[in-house]
Amino acid sequence: MLPGLIRELEALLGQDGVLSRPEELVLYEYDGSVEQARPNVVVFPRSTEDVSRIVKLANRYGVPIVGRGAGTGLSGGALARSGGLMLVFARMNRILDVDYQNLRAVVQPGVVNLDLTRAVEHAGLYYAPDPSSQKSCTIGGNVSENAGGPHTLAYGVTTNHVLGLELVLPDGEIFRIGGKTADPLGYDLTGLLVGSEGTMALVTEITVRLSRKPEDVKTLLAVFTAVDDATETVVDITARAITPAACEMMDGWTLGVIEDYVHAGYPRDCGAVLLFELEGLAEAVAAQIEGVTAVCRAHHAREVRVARDAAEAELLWKGRKNAFGAMGRLAPSSYTLDGVIPRSRLPQTLRRVGEIGRTNGFDIANIFHAGDGNLHPIILYDPRNADQTRRAVAAAEEILRYCVELGGALTGEHGVGMEKNELMPLMFSEADLDLMRRIRDAFNPRGNLNPGKIFPIGKGCGEIRVKPHRPGAALPL
Amino acid sequence: MTVSATSLVVRLDGLIGSEHVLTGVAEGENYAVDGLAPSVIARPISAEQAAEVVRFAAAEKLSVVPVGARTKLGMGMPPHRFDIALDLTRLDQVAHYDPGDLTLSVDAGMPLARLAQTLAEHKQFLPLAVPWFDHATVGGTIAAGVDSPLRQFYGTARDFVLGAEFVNGSGALVKSGGRVVKNVTGYDLHKLLIGSLGTLAAITRVNFRTFPSPPASRGFVASFEKRGDALALRRRIAESPLTPVTLEILSPATARIFTNRSPSSLKRPIAPPGPWFQANEWQVCAGFEGTPEVIARYARDLTRLAEESGASSANILDDATRPLIWARLRESIPLLLDASPGAAIAKLSLLPGNWPAAFEELHEISLRFALPFALIARGTGSVYCAFLPDAVGQDSMSRLAEATTAVFESAARAGGHAAMPWCPTELKSHFNIWGPPRADWPLMQRVKSAFDPAGIFSPGRFAGGI
Repeated sequence: MLPGLIRELEALLGQDGVLSRPEELVLYEYDGSVEQARPNVVVFPRSTEDVSRIVKLANRYGVPIVGRGAGTGLSGGALARSGGLMLVFARMNRILDVDYQNLRAVVQPGVVNLDLTRAVEHAGLYYAPDPSSQKSCTIGGNVSENAGGPHTLAYGVTTNHVLGLELVLPDGEIFRIGGKTADPLGYDLTGLLVGSEGTMALVTEITVRLSRKPEDVKTLLAVFTAVDDATETVVDITARAITPAACEMMDGWTLGVIEDYVHAGYPRDCGAVLLFELEGLAEAVAAQIEGVTAVCRAHHAREVRVARDAAEAELLWKGRKNAFGAMGRLAPSSYTLDGVIPRSRLPQTLRRVGEIGRTNGFDIANIFHAGDGNLHPIILYDPRNADQTRRAVAAAEEILRYCVELGGALTGEHGVGMEKNELMPLMFSEADLDLMRRIRDAFNPRGNLNPGKIFPIGKGCGEIRVKPHRPGAALPL
Repeated sequence: MTVSATSLVVRLDGLIGSEHVLTGVAEGENYAVDGLAPSVIARPISAEQAAEVVRFAAAEKLSVVPVGARTKLGMGMPPHRFDIALDLTRLDQVAHYDPGDLTLSVDAGMPLARLAQTLAEHKQFLPLAVPWFDHATVGGTIAAGVDSPLRQFYGTARDFVLGAEFVNGSGALVKSGGRVVKNVTGYDLHKLLIGSLGTLAAITRVNFRTFPSPPASRGFVASFEKRGDALALRRRIAESPLTPVTLEILSPATARIFTNRSPSSLKRPIAPPGPWFQANEWQVCAGFEGTPEVIARYARDLTRLAEESGASSANILDDATRPLIWARLRESIPLLLDASPGAAIAKLSLLPGNWPAAFEELHEISLRFALPFALIARGTGSVYCAFLPDAVGQDSMSRLAEATTAVFESAARAGGHAAMPWCPTELKSHFNIWGPPRADWPLMQRVKSAFDPAGIFSPGRFAGGI
């Protein structure tokens, strides 16, 4: 399309900065979600000025724009839903500044999440938000989606660690908002932009807060015969004011599969396990271990084990972080949900999820952030079977509706994107959505930046739209 | 009252009932912002009524200032006009509280002190240890964006507000966020409301994450002859594995005010601190909490770090002594305002690493303009610098104005920024309390227009002429 645009882009970025052949573009039509949409041209800016010029060119040719980091997102946020021009930030991947004394770093959006921690860990520091995809996902993408991760239970999600941004608006204008110091002067625009799913501006620079590594870290595994006992344990730990750094749950059904795949040392014959990380001063960690162990025992844990050393802890976490990969052994494809519920409702919700699965003819795996009530039920299905696909989507929607009915949320960390935009009316009234649209329009008045995301566009009102997951593709999370 | 003001009262009476509408000069003065009184005061009993008032105001192009307990109305620039005070104190219920989930949804007019009692029944609390705590409401606290010593560990409101309901400038009752601790559904519009001084919306309800009360809390105070040594202790603590819940540095002038005064913002006066508080020195105050073992570790390590930093004294404060300092730290803004008839308190947002140079500049500014000053610096970087002239007059006002400009420049040189949220009204004609214009103000104006297209909410009070 538009050979004039491609010529001008090549003049700006060089031939190696522009992709436009179909066999190249096909690589950018997916992300970590089950969605699919192909851009017409993909470009790789190297600077903020490049981004601004690219955006102005796209405007001149009237094509939509979408930004993309590593493409690990799970709701289609980085897909070119209406085609057009995709900016991939892979070449804007420099750490621009680390202020060790004040615990700040300034990074370009293409910096990989874990690379920032690796760059500062020699000084005993790290970047706290740790999505499971942290080895490949970028901080720019994390900012767009307000990414979470297992350790956000104690330390908060991306928005709690981002202080300032440089933005390119969809008309090419460049702004800086927030900064290195906390407490912005005026409205908290940074707080608004983080999690706006790339619909307001392209982020070209990010100022983040770094954290100091705790003195002591212990990993604890608790094994339960009954799923209800595990969920009741989570409720009780929350109620007893124990705040682990992480509190993850995996059900027994999936543990065997993980064990075959990772050999993490999980039991193969239990109802569920809870995986805890306890961090802080040695004295505080000791008290937390005692507290968590007592609660687990009170709820009939058949085993409570503290990892003896870093190697054992790492193995237990390896099992958790690779759990979704292991699912590939069970079914041709899977659909990972991302609902949130009040933590006090965890036991009844898991029972309901199981029922919904059975009614629709599926086994549903549960591997999730129990401590903050962020469920990730995984529906295993065969996308080549149209009836199964239809039932998988129906089950997913039923589960999400149930989450919202309990006072929960449609998405805890994956984003709305083009996966759940038609479900937004479940949580928000027309007046709520109208104000959100006005805010988007304040930054993106023509709607040419990342169109078709977050807001319902009326294609099958109140439904998830999911295309069949292609067999053999990488699995979410 | 103008003719239109009289008809305004009649029409508001018709809208929400005359028992919910106040008029008269005396009543109006109780609601005055920088000396400007409203024509009428509306006291809705529901969010829907509040929305009706705003819809009426939007249709009639009347300006509305939402208010709570009116403890912080002096923050900001004087409003350009003030037709209706929207008093939200009657929206004062807990809408939803799930102690097992540590989540809370509460009406904006709920007093913080009453809410604290409800939460304490479940051994929980909100880390909003803000000034005027005995009187302030939830909504006013969020709208004013005042910070708390507890931010050192618990963060600011943006870290634990989960969602909000509010009336926008078109009079629509709108919500964002949710009630659960993790949620990325839709835009975080509620974050914009924090510190917006009622210029975007009238907040009617706020959802919070609550926190479990610690098993025990202790305080720590170390005194220093030299400023540099006090700053060195802050750095040593920051670089240690310790994570105190509060960490503040007080200048000797602040310490003297702490010793000599009880905050007028408290419902009951409190005793002065004991001989363990060295009123003529720099102070490093820390708070810490946890099990007995954790408490013992903090006491041991903080005392050692203080000795290594050259403290002239270091004391652990228990349940009897700690409240004497704690209440003053929480109420430090009113305490400083009490200390001078012309008190002007700047808030500088800095990085602690840049404090040594910034403190030196503030000291020089105070000498240059012959203005006594007192400092309170929070460990996360925000610094309150109070100029305390002995008397109010034209001369002191012009010196204050020049000193303020110098503070704004100094904060910018230190890589941060500053505003002057509390100062005499007459000073506000000399400069904009929000500092010089910034490049991001056009974006803020766009946000303002989206929330409040007719510009009826608190016109002129905010940064960027908003």
